Amino acid sequence: MSPIFYLLAVVTLAGALATVLLKHLVHCALAVTVAFAGLALLFLQLDAQFVGFAQILVYIGAVAILVVFAILLTRGSDLPKHGVFSSTWALGLAIAAAVFAVLGWAVIASTHGIPQQDNVPSATAHDIGIALVGRYVLPLEILALLLTAATIGAVIVAMHEKGKQQ
Amino acid sequence: MTTPLAGYLLVAALVFAIGLGGALTRRNAIIVLIGIELMLNAANLNLIAFWRYGPHPEALTGMMFAIFSIAVAAAEAAVGLGLVIAIYRQTNTTELDKIDRMKG
Repeated sequence: MSPIFYLLAVVTLAGALATVLLKHLVHCALAVTVAFAGLALLFLQLDAQFVGFAQILVYIGAVAILVVFAILLTRGSDLPKHGVFSSTWALGLAIAAAVFAVLGWAVIASTHGIPQQDNVPSATAHDIGIALVGRYVLPLEILALLLTAATIGAVIVAMHEKGKQQ
Repeated sequence: MTTPLAGYLLVAALVFAIGLGGALTRRNAIIVLIGIELMLNAANLNLIAFWRYGPHPEALTGMMFAIFSIAVAAAEAAVGLGLVIAIYRQTNTTELDKIDRMKG
């Protein structure tokens, strides 16, 4: 395990923890951007250049901006009066800890069955493009349809209803 | 002692648990959505790690799964935040325990 992996893991986990724990929503949005960047760098560390840069474009470029816009539009920068955690936070924490315990146990207990390929696989943008318009062309088209429908749906849902104003 | 794959899987499990904890404990709907995004990202990290260290990486299966998953997550974020804005316009709040109109 390289030291770079540990560094990126610490940055990612710190960003994720700060997202969940910070009070101000704008700080949460900044922290989740750090976590997304750490995950993108982990993808690059795993020799998945295309997915790493797609992660930077989609998450840091689009999703983080969407989150900031949603915070601004909902006046989320005001601090809530009753604290940021819900009344059943202990139950939620217990469920999350139980899920992590099961996942971590499964990973640690299955050391001999884990595959370990050491030679670096090559996945250039050329290979991915050929695969996308070859074997995966039907999922790609369905995804295009889904994205169009989701974008139109999001606009319609969030659209101002003029009749109900005033 | 641990293999590289196990390290990545443990990091993904931790990010997933943090996202789940955030989605279950926070009041604000936007942070709940961010927690769901973190969980999706942890799943992507698993897919890429298995693609990198598993057999037959030249088939690109794990990578394709991750690419499609990123695109679907982007669509989900757009619709989710649109719903939060619509609910805010109706109820003037994004705190989830105040949005209990469907309570019997």
